[in-house]
Amino acid sequence: MNAVFYIAAAVAAVSTIMVVSRSNAVYSLLYLIVSLLSVALIFFVLGAPFIAALEVIIYAGAIMVLFVFTIMMLNLGPQTAEQERKWLSGRAWAGPSILVAILMAEMLYVLWGGDHQVEGRHIVEPKEVSVALYGPYVMIVELSSMLLLGGLVAAYHLGRRVHGDGKEQQP
Amino acid sequence: MSGILWHLANVAGILGVLLTLAGGLIMVERRLLALWQDRYGPNRVGPFGLLQVAADMIKIFTKEDWTPPFADKPVFIIAPCIIMATVLMSFAVIPFGPTVGVADLDIGLLFFLGMSSLGVYSVALAGWASNNKYALLGGLRATAQMLSYEVFMALSLMGVVMLAGSFNLRTIVNAQQHLWFCVPQFLGLVVFTVAGIAETHRVPFDLPEAESELVAGFHSEYSGMKFGMFFVGEYLGITLISALIVTLFFGGWYGPFLPPLLWFALKTAVLICGFVLLRASMPRLRYDQLMSFGWKIMLPTALLNLLITGAVVVARHAS
Repeated sequence: MNAVFYIAAAVAAVSTIMVVSRSNAVYSLLYLIVSLLSVALIFFVLGAPFIAALEVIIYAGAIMVLFVFTIMMLNLGPQTAEQERKWLSGRAWAGPSILVAILMAEMLYVLWGGDHQVEGRHIVEPKEVSVALYGPYVMIVELSSMLLLGGLVAAYHLGRRVHGDGKEQQP
Repeated sequence: MSGILWHLANVAGILGVLLTLAGGLIMVERRLLALWQDRYGPNRVGPFGLLQVAADMIKIFTKEDWTPPFADKPVFIIAPCIIMATVLMSFAVIPFGPTVGVADLDIGLLFFLGMSSLGVYSVALAGWASNNKYALLGGLRATAQMLSYEVFMALSLMGVVMLAGSFNLRTIVNAQQHLWFCVPQFLGLVVFTVAGIAETHRVPFDLPEAESELVAGFHSEYSGMKFGMFFVGEYLGITLISALIVTLFFGGWYGPFLPPLLWFALKTAVLICGFVLLRASMPRLRYDQLMSFGWKIMLPTALLNLLITGAVVVARHAS
């Protein structure tokens, strides 16, 4: 199982680098989807199949589709890719690279200390997640549902079309 | 060792049957449509026109596989692969019989939902990569339609999950030993069937490929076997939805007298014929009708079903 973990982690890292370095927005998104799928596999191997499934359904399957949908609707031509390529010049990489190098050094330091294990994991079933959510964390579930309802009402308000004569039209 | 062999035989058998079935369904659908529309259909090649499939296959394989020069090549090629891969992967969790089936996942139902939501990319990317306005419009329509119908497709299944107490499809089938879920979950069955038809974009929800306004929608630019993969993907999708309805609502392999595998096949075949009958008899909806039907009728129905099922389950626990 350790090999699966390392392969998935490598795919995730490489695809994430590709997300940042592509100049075509759709290619970036496709790599981001691959990255999310490999993270889902990592969750699965680490003993959280429920989170893995949610990662695929919600992130890869719903949110990313919306991103692709928006990009399709805007239908940006090749000139945007050209513009993006100009932004990705060598100098622009300097700042992020230094920051990432610091993170990398920290991670290597932590890994050096040992105390990390893929084995000895505990598999979390959907039932356990639900019991935790609707037991001690029920307040957070309710609050986030209120937040979502607020978002829904706001989207409805923004989506309303107002005609020239001031009359409102149902969306 | 024999365990691994049995598993491999399982995988090979299921894949073989599915791919043959998807090809055969093209001929079955044409014959059934013809029957219901009072004409003959393809009946010249071989006995009863059975070899029509072979003729069609030879034709589609020998056609020029053309990638338009203005298309985005890698994405254009990957799009039809996605639909085949996601649909075939979904079959991995379906229990065809007490001992037949590829994977026995505890999150089986979620796995299916994940795969079906990844299937959206196929049409979206095909529409975008073709670099053609009709294809793009078809892709946009398909994406919006599949995204909205996915929401209550998942919601309609939660009633079944509550009654069975598991996401595992095998456990769900075993929970229907005495009473099929189509009785207590009738609303769920209706919503899931409608959502399933919309997910496979079949008539009356085939707006993405409405030929009267969009040429052929997202697959306008596809030819040869790439088009064939969309085509076979659609038939596999119909088989998948039928098999899932059987698993979730009609007791899976359970039935008297006949062997379990035969029961599963019979029930699935009846549902597939139902899909074809829908195509033979229903007109195509308008796009705004499709959207408002989804959000204003199907979503509240799914939520109502969830509420009632939840109340019943809680009340039964209390007593």
